[in-house]
Amino acid sequence: MRLWDRLMCYCRKRSPWLFHLNSGSCNGCDIEIVAALAPRYDAEQLGVRIEGSPRHADILCVTGPVTKNAVCAIKTVYGQVCGPKAVVAIGSCPATTNVFIDSRTLDGPLGKHIPVDVFVPGCPPRPDAIIEGVAKAAEILAQRGSKPIEPVLTDEPANAEVQA
Amino acid sequence: MSYEIPMGPYHPGLEEPYKLDMICEGETVKDAKLHIGFNFRGIEHLAETRNYIQVIALMERVCGICSFIHTLTLCQAMEKLTGLTPPPRAQYIRVIMGELERLHSHVLWAGIAAKLMGFKTMFMTCFEIREKVMDVLQEISGNRVNYAMNRIGGVNRDIEDPQLVLAMVEALEKEMTRTIIPIFTTSKTATSRCAGVGVLTTEKARSLGVVGPVARASGIGQDLRKEAPYAAYGEMDFTVPVVPDGDVRARLLVRALEIMESCKILRQALSKMPPGEIAPPGDGSKFSFVTGTAMARVEAPRGEVMYSVSWKEGARMPSRVHVRTPTYVNMPAVRFMVQGARLADTPLIQAAVDPCYSCTDR
Repeated sequence: MRLWDRLMCYCRKRSPWLFHLNSGSCNGCDIEIVAALAPRYDAEQLGVRIEGSPRHADILCVTGPVTKNAVCAIKTVYGQVCGPKAVVAIGSCPATTNVFIDSRTLDGPLGKHIPVDVFVPGCPPRPDAIIEGVAKAAEILAQRGSKPIEPVLTDEPANAEVQA
Repeated sequence: MSYEIPMGPYHPGLEEPYKLDMICEGETVKDAKLHIGFNFRGIEHLAETRNYIQVIALMERVCGICSFIHTLTLCQAMEKLTGLTPPPRAQYIRVIMGELERLHSHVLWAGIAAKLMGFKTMFMTCFEIREKVMDVLQEISGNRVNYAMNRIGGVNRDIEDPQLVLAMVEALEKEMTRTIIPIFTTSKTATSRCAGVGVLTTEKARSLGVVGPVARASGIGQDLRKEAPYAAYGEMDFTVPVVPDGDVRARLLVRALEIMESCKILRQALSKMPPGEIAPPGDGSKFSFVTGTAMARVEAPRGEVMYSVSWKEGARMPSRVHVRTPTYVNMPAVRFMVQGARLADTPLIQAAVDPCYSCTDR
């Protein structure tokens, strides 16, 4: 590995920027993500930041059991995150659809639509667990950065507008 | 010439997915259209396939911020159908948990509002204070978000150490009077973003039928805790704060004053809490329901929550559970709040309603 690549790997590990995607979550995991960034748990010590745009982010944090209305948005946003990228599924909902199993308005779990790297189980997981999950995803991100970036195939074009 | 600017469904200014299409002329918003339904999980239909124990766990996941309120309302409706009355201590524990939830929800809202104003320091301060409430909730119930406290005819866990809650109430009141209220009311960063922004007049509020803090900030003094007391609220002495201005600052003030009132209620409830049972005897796994429909209303942090539960005698599952949430009533008001506002103020205006789309879409 060249020196430049090694430096990039190190930098990626130390500054994972997140994009938070709510795919029909009950808000429980979403506030725990915000709580993880707050002073008590202080995820910013790991260089973690919530970004407003998926194009600026490295890690996609998905919460919620994936409603049918959110599937298109999930694929679009996943396509918009620049590589190398990692996906963290926060909570039991994206992993198994949790208590909402058998609902006809869901198209979950998340693994059906995009590849997931880290699962953080819990209903909702504690902020410490969320930080650990993000730290693991940052390790994966650093390893992924050392290999050539494989093209990402999505059904939707990357700039497709998300419709209601 | 007017043009349309979409905000959402995935937007940094929104906590949850929904879409607000704003029709603008220059920087001024002329009108807005609201699209919801991204969070639709079909919970009301799922409830018809769950038995009376499972339905409580399901309804707790309607909303992660007011999870206690949802199970409380459901259990109150189911208690009407089973004929059970919770023992007095359980009623007091329900009041205490409900008020703790109001505290953490309002402080959370203050943090989010500060973040949208660009006041990041205040956001951090609010979340640090909120952790004090979360610690107490975790100590009582073992969980930070979904407390699993309610059951038909009572509560699952007792509050063994009232001193713990009292100490938190003391600390919170001190922080509120020393930091949060003075900064939000006197700091230029906050007042210049809030005062006179997103006005909803009393007449408009009345005609739209808004509920909760949004109604109280528009001069309508309605609160179910006073008007139709449930649990042990009838024995509590508190006032309902009403501010007539109708702007974002008024909504901020109402919520800040409500936090102080909640502290007052918590103190009374903890000192008056009677000893005794917290649930009816038995293991709580067998209930017999009568045929009929029961309704329960509860004042959630965001306003009035209504549950209507229908049951057939001998059935294990409800035949219908209907939920009406406060955001469903409050959101149409956003259209009138943003009319004439600056485009940059719209994220704050919509957040001032304290919308909860996971409740609304279900």
